[in-house]
Amino acid sequence: MAFVQLVDLAHARSGDKGNNANVGVIAYDPEHYHLLVSQLTSARVKEHFGEIVKGPVERFELPKLHALNFLLHGALGGGGTVSLMNDAQAKVFSTALLRIEIEVSDAVAAAVTGRGRVPAGWTPGEPPGKGE
Amino acid sequence: MRQVEGGPIDYLALDYLAEVTMSIMQKLRSRDPAAGYARDFAPLMERIFPACISGGVRVISNAGGVNPDAAADAVIEAGRSSGVAGQAKVGLVAGDDLMERLDDLIAAGERFENMETGEPLESILGRVQSANAYLGAAPIVRALELGADVVVTGRCADAALTYGPLMHEFGWHEDDFDRIGAGVAAGHINECGAQATGGNCSIEWWDIPNLADVGFPIVEVSEDGSFVVTKHLGTGGRVTSATVTEQIVYEIGDPAAYITPDAVADFTSLELTDLGDDRVRVTGAKGRSRTDSLKVSIAYSAGWKAVGTLTYAWPDAAAKARAADRILRSRLEGLGLHFEEMRTELVGWDSTHGHLAGEPPADLPEVQLRIGVRAAERAPVERFTREIAPLVLTGPPSVTGFAGGRPRVQEVMAYWPALIRREAVEPHVTVDVREV
Repeated sequence: MAFVQLVDLAHARSGDKGNNANVGVIAYDPEHYHLLVSQLTSARVKEHFGEIVKGPVERFELPKLHALNFLLHGALGGGGTVSLMNDAQAKVFSTALLRIEIEVSDAVAAAVTGRGRVPAGWTPGEPPGKGE
Repeated sequence: MRQVEGGPIDYLALDYLAEVTMSIMQKLRSRDPAAGYARDFAPLMERIFPACISGGVRVISNAGGVNPDAAADAVIEAGRSSGVAGQAKVGLVAGDDLMERLDDLIAAGERFENMETGEPLESILGRVQSANAYLGAAPIVRALELGADVVVTGRCADAALTYGPLMHEFGWHEDDFDRIGAGVAAGHINECGAQATGGNCSIEWWDIPNLADVGFPIVEVSEDGSFVVTKHLGTGGRVTSATVTEQIVYEIGDPAAYITPDAVADFTSLELTDLGDDRVRVTGAKGRSRTDSLKVSIAYSAGWKAVGTLTYAWPDAAAKARAADRILRSRLEGLGLHFEEMRTELVGWDSTHGHLAGEPPADLPEVQLRIGVRAAERAPVERFTREIAPLVLTGPPSVTGFAGGRPRVQEVMAYWPALIRREAVEPHVTVDVREV
């Protein structure tokens, strides 16, 4: 067995619901959805975020979309315009969750490692007017 | 403009209202009775009106903000100056604004408890700046029935801008909750700009083509409620089941109970099929009966805040920023200033992932110290903004990035979600259609 970061198994989008953050996590490969269901529990996510999330973590399953949705209560310092946080709208809580480690078989680890990251040597290309 | 001219569409939905927008608009209207709506909307209509009329594209927008009446007049004016006088009608939906009626409603037994905290409204009643019910599709459908080419609303459910036209077009019955649930899903996918078509998309983002000319989402809906998500041919971006799924899970709570005024949609029932060529079919939508209440968004004054920043450079950038933070806090304490909250973040290190970022390395090239304060009174916040710049001369070295001057003091508008009985709102909703 091996560990990979969730970023290699799933993509995610997050946003705000008042003072709560929501993080939707979607398996790249439907065959890996069960790994998320079994390992990405509410308790594990609550522990991962620690002091960042003041209240409980709720989890909802969307099996047909091979996705999980997490509601992180009390994560936004009051939310909306009250919050003093740089990420007051929880736009990048998704990536904070994608740091979490998931245990997978060696074969899966070999297949997915690096999946969620920009390829080595990638550049955004020439600015307009300078290319071909 | 691109959405109207880039290919055939029947309806254009334009969402202008974030949660706190209404309070800002309320403030503008209190200074100018003709203001209080999205100012971009009429100039946009002036540009697209002739194309909409000749192409049969009907526009639905919540751009009316807290003053849909004035917004409708501005749209009529825009229509006249764009040359469609006598050829177009503008529908105006009002009655979402509860501000004037708030005391009466409370006297009649409405409690407006905070949906998140359960607190009673009395604790903030004197500071309420705006109160609006989220209206459903019925008045939009009515305006379309009356022949409106443009429908202007105040606060309504964002998704109703999309499923309202569907109910009108297909004659979906108000109790056909599965179909309305499908329309809600279509509206949710549609309502956040290019977020369903490759914008803010984390799936191989580096490979998504031509985001400089990204196509906005289009839903092609069938009478049975199934629909295809796509974008205009030749535009940038990408539509796959993965990009659409990212938008489905955006800003939701329980996906099996996405509540709107007209149905409770079940997003867990949705099935997505990639058709290729930036087309995704969505089927299987389910919905349940609408609730007895409508959501109310209340905004209230909650004090003042400011955020100041300074940039520290290598070596030991993070250590210097933290030392500066200590010095500033000591200064503020020495001045006897009290804040409800003071928050320090290091942009370039922990401002997005907090402690999950770990400890910063000593050779971090640079970091931005970001300090925010909030207080009930303006004075301590004002004073805080004058204490940032002196840190450049009195604090740790290799600091820059203060050329923008003192931080701006902002009034805090807090959001108070509540519920109201439908019967207290719906009889007051009006639909008025005017000739351009």
